[in-house]
Amino acid sequence: MADQLINQIVWPIVFILCITVPLIIAVAMFVYWERKVIGWMHVRLGPSKIGPFGLLQAFADVVKLLVKEVILPTKANRFLYFMAPLLALIPALAAWAVIPFSSKMVLSNANAGVLYLLAMTSLGVYGIIIAGWASNSRYALLGAMRSAAQVISYELAMGLCLVCVLVLSGSLNLSDIVNAQAGGKGLFDWFWLPLLPVFVIYFISGVAETNRAPFDVAEGESEIVAGFHVEYSGSAFAIFFLAEYANMILVSFLASILFLGGWLSPLQGWIHADAPAWINWIWTGSWVWLFIKAFVMSFLFLWFRATFPRYRYDQIMRLGWKVLIPIAIVWVMVAGCMKYFGWVSIGMGA
Amino acid sequence: MNRITGYFKSLLLIELFQGMGLTMRYMFKPKYTVRYPMEHIPKSNRFRGLHALRRYANGEERCIACKLCEAVCPALAITIDSAPRESDGQRRTTRYDIDLFKCIFCGFCEESCPVDSIVETSIHEYHFEHRGENVVNKQQLLAIGDRFEQQIAADRAQDAAYR
Repeated sequence: MADQLINQIVWPIVFILCITVPLIIAVAMFVYWERKVIGWMHVRLGPSKIGPFGLLQAFADVVKLLVKEVILPTKANRFLYFMAPLLALIPALAAWAVIPFSSKMVLSNANAGVLYLLAMTSLGVYGIIIAGWASNSRYALLGAMRSAAQVISYELAMGLCLVCVLVLSGSLNLSDIVNAQAGGKGLFDWFWLPLLPVFVIYFISGVAETNRAPFDVAEGESEIVAGFHVEYSGSAFAIFFLAEYANMILVSFLASILFLGGWLSPLQGWIHADAPAWINWIWTGSWVWLFIKAFVMSFLFLWFRATFPRYRYDQIMRLGWKVLIPIAIVWVMVAGCMKYFGWVSIGMGA
Repeated sequence: MNRITGYFKSLLLIELFQGMGLTMRYMFKPKYTVRYPMEHIPKSNRFRGLHALRRYANGEERCIACKLCEAVCPALAITIDSAPRESDGQRRTTRYDIDLFKCIFCGFCEESCPVDSIVETSIHEYHFEHRGENVVNKQQLLAIGDRFEQQIAADRAQDAAYR
């Protein structure tokens, strides 16, 4: 009985904490890194005062947000108003359950992992919509409507991109998808090469899904102040912030897992040396490679934000429906042909 | 034909990649930021900051209460009262107030002064903590002048050739 309790409740909770606590710290450091990178690209320095190189800036901001008052607008719907941040945060954290960090490190090796991920990332938009509606503010409602329309449009493109990956790997299990990218040709064994357009579309949709620049019309601080979270302050706002950044990191990890071979090494199959474990991972692959890839992908988010101006709302819709979805549909066919006629050896596994 | 090439250009995201290349180049450029309290940018000797009243080398105050500065001040920031000095009967100010909230730092008072008494120093880092401190009186102005006389004189000397 005690054994069962420990196995079914205590260990999962420990594992969950092992993922969420570093994730929250990573979000704080990512906010700092974002401000630094955007600062550098603006030929500024970015935060540099608090802690060495300003490293503690994000933690100072967190403390500031937590001690601030949470304001409830008079005509807001009290229950939904406080539910919305949680609805945004919980899916953003829950999605991490199926992310395989390495061949052995995964909290839930779910067979329908990709479906679960799609469901979780779609749930996140409810937090935004409900936040916009419950605040009883015009700006917030406008932001929520924009966000809803945008996420629904881009989810289609994203789903089609995932279909391409599924066709080639033949599995919905994320660990299997990574294993299908193993091979002897290094980084050319990964799915990004045969699915290059899809990879680009996936990442663009990922940026749109997380409401990041240049697709941040839901926030649109120059037009609708701050969009859906205009009425939120203090810790409620902090939770929205956390959810947004957790989602960004999640999309980066997903892009690395689905298209860039997850924990696999880009040198796989090229080096066959016998070396101690602390150096071995460079060609046999480990979670370090996944984190490096995810870091590069998340850097792209910041790079986009520093480079591109915000899309107009109708341009976003045009891009999503008239460009990304058609290309993705075509590439589903192409991927099917690749698999059926065996044009590429990728996806067969090592 | 142009439309077709334009279409392919936008499809291949060429211009977007060019933009990203530009921001990446800027990321490694030397930064313009001056870490203000620790670093300062050079200041002109003509900088017009906080006011001061100067003295002659023998310690006699320069101001002779001609009230030209009060008359020329476009913001009516200067208030002067004058009376014969008790010790020797010379015409001197009994009150010399500058309201720094009214002052627009135009420098007309300094230009108008026949004895170079009222000057604007290059001090720009000062603050008030209470309402009312914005009006600086004669004693304060003279104290500022005493404290920064060297710098004031050096700034004036540098600029003298161009006046």
